[in-house]
Amino acid sequence: MKTITLAHGNGGYESKELVEKLFYSSFSNSILNNSEDAALIEDGKLAFTTDSFTVSPLSFAGGNIGKLAVCGTCNDLAMMGAKPKYLSVAFMIEEGFSIDELKNIIKSMHDELIKNDAMVVCGDTKVVPKGNVDKLFINTTGIGEIYYSGISASHLKEGMAILVSRDIGAHGAVIFAAREGMALSSELKTDCASLYPQVKALVDASIPIVAMRDATRGGLAAVLNEWAVSSGVAIEIDEASIPISDEVKGICELLGFEATALANEGTFVVAVPATETKKTLEILKQTNENAAIIGMVSSTYKGKVVLKSAWGTQRFLELPTGELLPRIC
Amino acid sequence: MKVSIKLSNLYDDFRNPKTIEAYAKLIEKDAKIIDRDIGIMEVCGGHTHTIMKYGLPQLMPKNIHFVHGPGCPVCIMPKERIDHAYTLAMQPDVILVTLGDMIKVPGSNGSLQDARANGADVRFVYSPMDVLEIAKANPTKKVIFFAIGFETTTPMTAALLESVIKQKIDNVLFHINHVTVPEVMTTLMIDGENRPVENKIDAFLGPSHVSVIAGSAIYEPFASIYKRPVVVSGFEPVDVMQSIHMILRQIIEGRSEVEVEYKRAVSKNGNEKAQGLIEKYFEKAPFFSWRGLGKVEKSSWKLRDEFSMYDAEKIYSEILPTKECQDHKLCRCGDILKGLATPPDCTIFGTLCKPSNPTGSCMVSSEGACAAYYKYGNIK
Repeated sequence: MKTITLAHGNGGYESKELVEKLFYSSFSNSILNNSEDAALIEDGKLAFTTDSFTVSPLSFAGGNIGKLAVCGTCNDLAMMGAKPKYLSVAFMIEEGFSIDELKNIIKSMHDELIKNDAMVVCGDTKVVPKGNVDKLFINTTGIGEIYYSGISASHLKEGMAILVSRDIGAHGAVIFAAREGMALSSELKTDCASLYPQVKALVDASIPIVAMRDATRGGLAAVLNEWAVSSGVAIEIDEASIPISDEVKGICELLGFEATALANEGTFVVAVPATETKKTLEILKQTNENAAIIGMVSSTYKGKVVLKSAWGTQRFLELPTGELLPRIC
Repeated sequence: MKVSIKLSNLYDDFRNPKTIEAYAKLIEKDAKIIDRDIGIMEVCGGHTHTIMKYGLPQLMPKNIHFVHGPGCPVCIMPKERIDHAYTLAMQPDVILVTLGDMIKVPGSNGSLQDARANGADVRFVYSPMDVLEIAKANPTKKVIFFAIGFETTTPMTAALLESVIKQKIDNVLFHINHVTVPEVMTTLMIDGENRPVENKIDAFLGPSHVSVIAGSAIYEPFASIYKRPVVVSGFEPVDVMQSIHMILRQIIEGRSEVEVEYKRAVSKNGNEKAQGLIEKYFEKAPFFSWRGLGKVEKSSWKLRDEFSMYDAEKIYSEILPTKECQDHKLCRCGDILKGLATPPDCTIFGTLCKPSNPTGSCMVSSEGACAAYYKYGNIK
């Protein structure tokens, strides 16, 4: 590592290397080292997290950077079993940015705060000369109150079931299609959504959630790999059971991507004891009928994710690496 | 009547588990009859990717082996050419545009990704025609298209040049690295003095998209002179399984012919319009230095002299490095591209050389044998 490349921001192997070698080694402490979606503070009573948002284009099918900024931070809290409560918001705005566009973005943030029953309690604004940021960057930090404790990436055990809350890859596919200027005749929208209501439904139904994570950068592949390593188990996935919409499949076919590596902004993976599988699936399906059981925890290849094809072959699903690039021919 | 078809209708049947399993049984039966080791080279990196992604080696009987070929445009790019790209990218007022994976291949100063991190304006496009928009949006910059690929992508570069001329756009230049398949396949069969060379190739799985453009007839010499069955195959797992079965049938029946499994897209003479476009703007260069394989005569294209005002290699000839570069001593990309070794035979595979920090070019592209093994092939 001599200079930062875009690969360091992909949420896969290179990001992990950067964070571990540079940040963890300097900031190391018992809370940070747990490397969960949100830090547990005050004896585990509160969850605390931060996230910065930059996306091009700023608005896309089904959302914009403002919706992302609230969902992203609230979801990180929700994934730790916390009720999102207080947010800070910081804007870095490029000179010349349209006030109308900013109003739209703020409105989306407001709508999403209502869904989470959370509020923005402090903030900051910086305006920088043209060219110093790309239109608009947003940072949000959030505090949530833990109402379900014990969720951890390192508690997976053999026999547990792995479920996904909806079809995967929609956000990554929408953003790529927009950047590549692909005119889509379909209704494909980002999955960007607040996940707190769904998590609450699982907790209210007394589902004993073992692990839970929203599959953001690095996609499903990154979450499963982190769990396999943290828990020292193998995760076996039936490839055919992973829900992927026709539109996302199509974009992956055209550009040579794997849907498992595409980013999501409102899709989570959850691990539960095998006995709770059916009930968990029923609750997830109340929000999205594409929710599915995709695999189980085993002990075959510890620390690895195994993808099993419908014709009896298998391969490892690796942590995504490098910048996502379209294939050549 | 309104008929709607989904993209998945086009490939679902070619990934049908029952069909794949049925072909696996037929292949097993034929492999028993043949009863000796058979090496089948998939020439094209797209096939390498399919084979590894769908785990097809796990379905092959013990005596049927895939031998990975030289058909990945990124893998065969010598460091000298990447150094050209890097140098061009670092020029003031230049936007260097190329296709996908190319930006990751390391040259002697680093990759185009590193050039970008050092301030160069490097962009990748999915379609070469996007270069037109970039050029129009940046009239004060020179937009240099670093063109790569086999017969598949060459017509697209020709079409781009045609549009540049027609639309009188004066800030687009080309650095041409288009290579051709048959010449390099020949070097796997005979050396410069027409002597047969050592190889592990009993038959060829012919490239899909190259053949759509160039036609299946380009492989005739490999069947008639070198007596290797050739089956031009599609990119889906059922395509590859069916093609393997067709190859084994040829071997059992003592035939060596060019057959086309990928009939839905490939004809004997190929896309003659595309070929005409190539001929109009390009002529064969005397040779191309293939990474790992050395100089191969008449295996690449260059712009015809009358279009030299679009040729970045000529315009920037004074600043482009000419030094030939050696690959890492332990890297076996050359042997891998010739089908003499597989990635695990290389001592730095997966240790010093990984997709996140590739030493050899085969580890870079998703179509490279090493990257495909690293990503998919590590379950024994």
